[in-house]
Amino acid sequence: MKRAAFGHIGFPILLLLPQLVIIAIFFYWPAAYAVQSSFYAQDMFGFTSTFVGLENYTRLAGATNYVNALNFTVIFTVLVTFFSLTIALLLAVKADKVIRGAKTYRTLLMWVYAIAPPVAGLIGVMLFDQSRGNLTQFLASFGYEFRLGVNYWDTASAMIAVSVWKQIPVNFIFFLSGLQAIPRSVREAALIDNRSGTSRFWDITFPLLAPTGFFLLIINITYSLFDTFGIIDTLVKSEPGNNPLTLVYRVYVDGFRGGDLGGSSAQSVVLMILVLILTIVQFRFLERRIHYT
Amino acid sequence: MTLKTTLSLGLAAGLMTGAAAQAQTEIEFWHAMGGQLGETVNQLVADFNASQGDYVLTPVFKGTYEETLTSAIAAFRAGEQPNIVQVFDAGAATVIGAQGATIPVQQLLSENGVEFDIEDYIAGVRYFYADSDGQMIGMPFNSSTPILYYNADALEAAGVEAPTTWEEFAETTGPALVEAGYIPLAQSHLPWIFTENFFSRHNLQFASNNNGYDGIDTEIMVNHPAIRAHFQALADWQEEGLFSWYGTGWGDNQNPFEAGEVAMWLGSSGSFGGIADRVEFNFSATMLPYWEAVTTEPTQTFIGGAALFAMSGFDAEENAATAAFFDYLDSVDAQVMWHTETGYVPITTAAYAAAGEQGHYDEFPAAEVGIQQLSLPAGDYTRGYRMGFYVQIRDVMNREYSRILTGEATVEEAFEIIETEANELLERFAQTQG
Repeated sequence: MKRAAFGHIGFPILLLLPQLVIIAIFFYWPAAYAVQSSFYAQDMFGFTSTFVGLENYTRLAGATNYVNALNFTVIFTVLVTFFSLTIALLLAVKADKVIRGAKTYRTLLMWVYAIAPPVAGLIGVMLFDQSRGNLTQFLASFGYEFRLGVNYWDTASAMIAVSVWKQIPVNFIFFLSGLQAIPRSVREAALIDNRSGTSRFWDITFPLLAPTGFFLLIINITYSLFDTFGIIDTLVKSEPGNNPLTLVYRVYVDGFRGGDLGGSSAQSVVLMILVLILTIVQFRFLERRIHYT
Repeated sequence: MTLKTTLSLGLAAGLMTGAAAQAQTEIEFWHAMGGQLGETVNQLVADFNASQGDYVLTPVFKGTYEETLTSAIAAFRAGEQPNIVQVFDAGAATVIGAQGATIPVQQLLSENGVEFDIEDYIAGVRYFYADSDGQMIGMPFNSSTPILYYNADALEAAGVEAPTTWEEFAETTGPALVEAGYIPLAQSHLPWIFTENFFSRHNLQFASNNNGYDGIDTEIMVNHPAIRAHFQALADWQEEGLFSWYGTGWGDNQNPFEAGEVAMWLGSSGSFGGIADRVEFNFSATMLPYWEAVTTEPTQTFIGGAALFAMSGFDAEENAATAAFFDYLDSVDAQVMWHTETGYVPITTAAYAAAGEQGHYDEFPAAEVGIQQLSLPAGDYTRGYRMGFYVQIRDVMNREYSRILTGEATVEEAFEIIETEANELLERFAQTQG
């Protein structure tokens, strides 16, 4: 194949420009602004602004509720990522084997994807409602009193359950297409070598799915950290109270709701650094062990 | 609506009004009243626009109270602020603290030749949105106060009357209602009902600097023995089945009352209309109970809800339009319409009298309780409070109260944390004010 080449350096830059401008305006500029305002105490109207050095950061380290949110975010992210990946993988492997009515099954498994996070949260609110929720009543029949918004871990479980439910279809679609991309010849060869379905899965299918899995891992971590905002906000009825909160939700609570621009900026800078570290770690260490075909 | 239809509609409207439109001053009003309340706001504005020919007011719904305030501030920073913005009680310190962002309503009205006498307003309404000199900064709009609603059928079945004091509740009303098969009590907003208004009802000082009105270096005085005893009582009542707590969400606590499981519920005087629409049983309301052990002369509560602020940065013509709307809003007709449609209290004594003459309270006695409570004798600490970062302070209270009621913290621990964290927030707010 002939390599495409540009005669002049100006042309590719021109082509890149729209994308770069968008990134600069919507990402770099606000990010730089957040870093800057994290060093200031500022009134909401922007009349006064006092330089406070690292005070916004040091206060975070000492705030128990921030540390609690950090711990909860870790637990939440690990559980949501783990369950949405494993359940989706299980469903994909099973759906891959279905021959009759395959399309119907797949569509049914995918359509939750179309639900917006706040709507998913609202469905969660209805299912887990203290007095009228179907799941609350179901659990009550086993003698467990599920109290959304009162009991910390009940609320956390509801958040995790709804977030997982909402994310499974995305993972399912990717896993299914990953499975279908595995060449038939490889499967048949494996079938001759090994009769056990389980070990065939772990020896052949799983490693071949690894690139998809790695991609999904990153997508799911990002989802748990950021995109679950709407679900959390709806489930806690916009009242932080003593409810479990993620770091992103706290940025909103302190900055948007509370008007503490400096403190909230410091939180988003911390979050930015955490995500950066996480991404570097993933690409450096995990990706090395994955083989792309 | 697509841009194209907006443009063509705008064009059509422009053509229809023609020359007349050019002489009219157009101003904008951002509010946080959704649903049915939003409809009533639109009606109110339409009535104003129809009442005169010089000004056209456009109402814009901007979401929750927090969202409305934040959008207005962001717009102000960009020089695109609305003429009028609705700001809720907890956000008052932010807006009033930013001198130069708003024009005090009292000043705006007198500059535009509208007569203003603060004595025309109902006692509990006058000074919440005022500065330390008693000058009104924000025009009270949707004003409410916490009252006790009760299921009259339940109380009759238990053979008791609605309690006046918490002692009466603990000794007589509560146990009798448990006997009759009800959960006696629930409430919907611990910081508002059982903290801010608890201090006002018992005339206790809530914060230094005259509850925060006289200065920015304010310290909260929430860690008071009377309120600690109150929360200890709540925790005990919860244990004994006299009180139930359903989380921080407002509706989660109101629903069991409407479902007839809870016999008495503390909510907003503005909740009246909604309850009347939804419940099957007979209900009524009475004033917020008080502790006889704390005071034998209970005082008034102050208003919650929100006020309208005139934002600065407009020419005299537009400010005159804003003043005209505020003047209209204060009129008896507008107040009576707003009060009877929504359940929020009327803000002037004239409107209160007019609603009474129309027989509104003969038909709905419960609709009058809030006004009566706001008109009780005042005390030194009953005008309200003015504290910065107050939304976050309320969040801290909600978190710690939750910990008390789920047994994670003792009353003493929780109040110590509230005091410490609230004072840190107040200190930081003072820092942001330069």
